Amino acid sequence: MNGVIDTFFRRKVLAVQEFTELFVNSARHAFTRPRYLVDTLVQMDVIGFGSLPIVLLTGFFTGGVLALQTYRTLSTFGETGLLGQVVALSMVRELGPVLTALMVAGRNSSGIASEIGSMLVSEQIDAMRALGTDPLRKLVTPRLYASLLTLPLLTVLSDFCGMLGGALISTYTARLSSAEYWASAYQALHFEDVTQGLTKPFFFAIVIALVGCYFGLHTRGGTEGVGRATTQAVVVACVLILILDFFYTKFLISIGFF
Amino acid sequence: MPSEVSHSVVPELELRRVSISFEEKLALDDVSFTVGRGETVVLLGVTGSGKSILLKVILGLLKPDSGQILVRGQDLTPLSETELYPFRQRMGMVFQEGALFDSLSVYENVAYRLREEGEKNEARIEQRVREVLRFVELEQTLDKMPAELSGGMRRRVSIARTIVSEPSIMLYDSPTAGLDPVTAHTINLLIAKLRDTQGVSSVVVTHRLADAFVLANFAYSAERQELVPISTDGSGHSHSAARFIVLRDGAIIFWGSTEELTTTENPYLRKFLA
Repeated sequence: MNGVIDTFFRRKVLAVQEFTELFVNSARHAFTRPRYLVDTLVQMDVIGFGSLPIVLLTGFFTGGVLALQTYRTLSTFGETGLLGQVVALSMVRELGPVLTALMVAGRNSSGIASEIGSMLVSEQIDAMRALGTDPLRKLVTPRLYASLLTLPLLTVLSDFCGMLGGALISTYTARLSSAEYWASAYQALHFEDVTQGLTKPFFFAIVIALVGCYFGLHTRGGTEGVGRATTQAVVVACVLILILDFFYTKFLISIGFF
Repeated sequence: MPSEVSHSVVPELELRRVSISFEEKLALDDVSFTVGRGETVVLLGVTGSGKSILLKVILGLLKPDSGQILVRGQDLTPLSETELYPFRQRMGMVFQEGALFDSLSVYENVAYRLREEGEKNEARIEQRVREVLRFVELEQTLDKMPAELSGGMRRRVSIARTIVSEPSIMLYDSPTAGLDPVTAHTINLLIAKLRDTQGVSSVVVTHRLADAFVLANFAYSAERQELVPISTDGSGHSHSAARFIVLRDGAIIFWGSTEELTTTENPYLRKFLA
């Protein structure tokens, strides 16, 4: 029994070590040649532009439902004028970054894991090394930087769509004037809120790209293994995003950045 | 094991007491052999006997636990991945299912190595790509994607992709596995053609004995563009173009010519030949 627990924890520690190594090496490779800029652009298109529809829809409906739910509470106090503030703060600080990251993780961590996993089991990764290419440089680094560059942009768009959804509900359900809504939303947002909301995506981007790459590169056991790697990548990426979000927010509060 | 005539020249490839194990299980056990220039070594063995691992070790994709791998006398084992790249230019590996990059067209697959080596002149790339595709007789597939090709064609493209940098050592991982006899013959023809027209040393992993004997007993004739039997010399001994190595559980249990293999008394080998 002790041995089982021992191997279990040893495996986990090893996984953390390998993940850290993957992060450090793939991040470092961007500073030395050869760089694969075309691959990075292609990945930005796949990860960034490809995720645009789901991210915008998620943002819009989240903002809308947020306005619907808080409207009921606020109207009991007669404070429906605060709707803009509630939607803007929740979207920018929390829901925008987290839901965008979760949607992108669902779409891309799985995609990355299955693509790299299939390449691994069909020996394409070995072939790549045999042809003189470092797979980390060619596959992982472009995906990491593509995520880092596109996720914050997606978050901004998602935030905006959320506020737009909130605005629609406020004007048509709460009978609030559009100017009132936007004024309250605009005034509520401070530098700290925006900073908080726009630093989170960078951490989430690292998780999305590298968890996908990690599980892809550790695929075992043929095509069945690719399926397993894909599922694991999504689950681990989503859970890590939520955990990371909690601790990062806690950290910001503790240093008084709130 | 027959004693080798000591070569005054350095062999293309030499393995010295190479061992590797995975999770306590010995996959290669003290393997040593040499491959001379233009020579073919056929590796035989059942599934799981360590044949594919041996190829990956030679290429440096796996690091052996002990032993040395020498390419033209230079030991590769202490080198880092980056330092290995120039040596891998001299070695080409044809993977079991071809391992073509599915996201790239046949042209881009074959041009891959040239681009990696920093060749920018597109005209020169195209000329070279056409040249090697003509060598494997697949020039018409230039713009196709790997998924549109048949299994045999994929392997021929894979051979083309490998020889684009003119390697002096070719490693083939079961190049004819799962192919029909006619297609398998075209692959054998290509292997012999590379060996006999360009003096490429080859290590061929296979479990199809028929193919192994074709490689050993036939040579490529440039004027007839086909395989012709290797003529016996005056002494009555047939001159074999390949040597055989049989692996069992990661260790070499046989090393010799076609004749020595076919006349062996070893019960395990007899079963293998049957």
